[in-house]
Amino acid sequence: MSAIFKKIILAVAVLAAVLLPFVLEDFRVFQLNLVLIYAIAILGLNILTGYGGQISLGHGAFYAVGAYTSAILISQVGMSAYLTIPIAAVVCLVMGVLMGFPALRLAGHYLALATFALAIATPQLLKYKGIEHWTGGVQGIILDKPTPPFVLTLFGNELSEDRWLYLVILAIALGLFWLAHNLLSGRVGRAIVAIRDQPTAAAALGINLTFVKTATFGLSAAYTGIAGALSALAVAYIAPDSFPSFLSISLLVGVVVGGLGSISGAIFGALFIQFVPNIADEMSKSAPWAVYGGMLLALAYVAPDGVMGILQKLKKRRQS
Amino acid sequence: MKKSNHIKSLFAVVALTSASFGLNAQPYDPGATDKEIKIGNTNPYSGAFSAYGSYGKAQAAYFKKINDDGGINGRKINFISMDDGFAPPKTLENARKLVEQEKVLFFFATLGTAPNTAIHKYMNQKKVPQLFVQTGASKWGDPKNYPWTMGWQPNYISEGKVFAQAILDNQPKGKIALLYQNDDSGKDLLIGLEQGLGAKKDMLVARETYEGTDPTVDSQIVKLKASGADIFIHGSGPKFAAQSMKKIAELGWKPTQYVWQVSSSIGAVLTPAGIENTVGLITSAFSKDPSDPQWKTDKAILEYEAWFKKYLPGADPTDSFYIQGYMNAQTVEYVLKQAGNNLTRENIMKQAASINDFRLPLLLPGVNVQTSATDFYPIERMQLARFDGKAWVLFGKTYGD
Repeated sequence: MSAIFKKIILAVAVLAAVLLPFVLEDFRVFQLNLVLIYAIAILGLNILTGYGGQISLGHGAFYAVGAYTSAILISQVGMSAYLTIPIAAVVCLVMGVLMGFPALRLAGHYLALATFALAIATPQLLKYKGIEHWTGGVQGIILDKPTPPFVLTLFGNELSEDRWLYLVILAIALGLFWLAHNLLSGRVGRAIVAIRDQPTAAAALGINLTFVKTATFGLSAAYTGIAGALSALAVAYIAPDSFPSFLSISLLVGVVVGGLGSISGAIFGALFIQFVPNIADEMSKSAPWAVYGGMLLALAYVAPDGVMGILQKLKKRRQS
Repeated sequence: MKKSNHIKSLFAVVALTSASFGLNAQPYDPGATDKEIKIGNTNPYSGAFSAYGSYGKAQAAYFKKINDDGGINGRKINFISMDDGFAPPKTLENARKLVEQEKVLFFFATLGTAPNTAIHKYMNQKKVPQLFVQTGASKWGDPKNYPWTMGWQPNYISEGKVFAQAILDNQPKGKIALLYQNDDSGKDLLIGLEQGLGAKKDMLVARETYEGTDPTVDSQIVKLKASGADIFIHGSGPKFAAQSMKKIAELGWKPTQYVWQVSSSIGAVLTPAGIENTVGLITSAFSKDPSDPQWKTDKAILEYEAWFKKYLPGADPTDSFYIQGYMNAQTVEYVLKQAGNNLTRENIMKQAASINDFRLPLLLPGVNVQTSATDFYPIERMQLARFDGKAWVLFGKTYGD
């Protein structure tokens, strides 16, 4: 496939993504917003887990911190919703780097457990009385959705709050995916992967292990934090119950389903964690999570390398 | 734009049909037809709070009974209940699906304070009734700011008021000590207590709080005893209420003790506190208890038990969430009967806000469901019950507005 042809396909895909909300009803657009938000969070976790080889069961905590940063700045400081997103990214970046230091000493399962502790502690810490006047305690924080800055009607559908937010999230997601692609396909990406596969050899080649590992953790947390901030805007309400420890597991499920070490796999992972629980709920009221588990098992069997793994295999088969 | 077109065409259809047939066209909002009424609901059927799922199961089972008996005014109830796992973002997603896709007529008995908060604004913006939400918080009765949302069960403020009125009646010269949990439910109890005491607010001589993370409340109890109070109110969760009852007995202190419903379980609170320490304890109640021998031949209880056996086979009959879900469903049945053939969202809300002295058969005698355009708290009355060492025995008159 020539490079120009690839670019044309990409342009058409982006155009279709921009027009998509105008042919869907508001509720579907809202669901798509959640998919895009999950995709950003999963991409963040994939940088750490897929490329860096470090398992985190605590990314729900960064998601929550991002959401709370944004919500507190909007509700207490009166800041513009859009401005709070980069701030949430920075806050989570710092938090991720701090979390990255212990991660240097904890390998494999121990890191997974340490981050899992973070995931379990977060919902309870958010209820802590000392910060209640900021966080709203158990009651949480109610927000307004950002209103579209102009009036527009396409295909008979007006630019509603949900559709406007979709465009904002889409733009941010495209930017972040582009950034991740450039970062990971270059020197930095090779360094991250080298540390995953052969840390000793990587160090011998002059890679600064400490720096790269902590930076990876920080970057990963920043991505997830941005996703959290966007989720606060999309749902317009946050509370400690919004971030159960299960969220962290869901994100990891998304990474594995999409494909470890794959950028575009994040989209498939997001589609899975957004829609499969709904399908499971429709199939069985009494045991929805058993159905979910069954689907997950089936997928792990059929596509051990995730959705992207399957796509790659199909592509290879066609070429040969 | 689309909406206004839709309304215009609706008007045109209404005008045409009434003109050509000379009949009143049936006013319907989305979710209502000649054959069906669609009701939306979300409940935690999975996750840490899945025990609350019993509410939704009881309601689904009750609507099944209504449909088996021919429906309400000839219309079947289509109760669409979704699982939100008590996660607010999921509740909002469910609510939007139910309103925008399933097009339900109204919402009923959604469960939990945080999940209901997540959809509070949305439901009011969309003007879809959010009726009889299943949470004890006091914020659901705010018709001025949220005219489409209404609570159901007695909230903690009502309970505080009931205790205050009872104390004014029985021990008008008493001195009250209160221990309450430092959260919204505990604060609501305090507000109700102060409102109920009114001018005699000084009777509350001491109050202490604790955090859910505290290991014990012993020091608070010692401080409260030192205030010289002769009435003690337990506004604490089950674990701390049991601790307090035990500590009070250990100190040899003998105040009249009131305990709120949250911590009135004989098995979970009174037994660990030591049954001998809890004789004489007073609590409040609003519904008949199937395990109470005095209702053994009560018609409403017999009906409930027959329904339970037929529609919830295999379920645990001692689970009190079922009876509350059942009663709540009966309340909405009453509202729909009152609404008759005028099934608009506005009329549903109007009927829900004009319930006059409705006696649900399972409520205690003297307790009723009562609402008005300014009163969105349906059940506010309660009766007191005293623990005799075996069971809660009702006594005295009914309190509350």
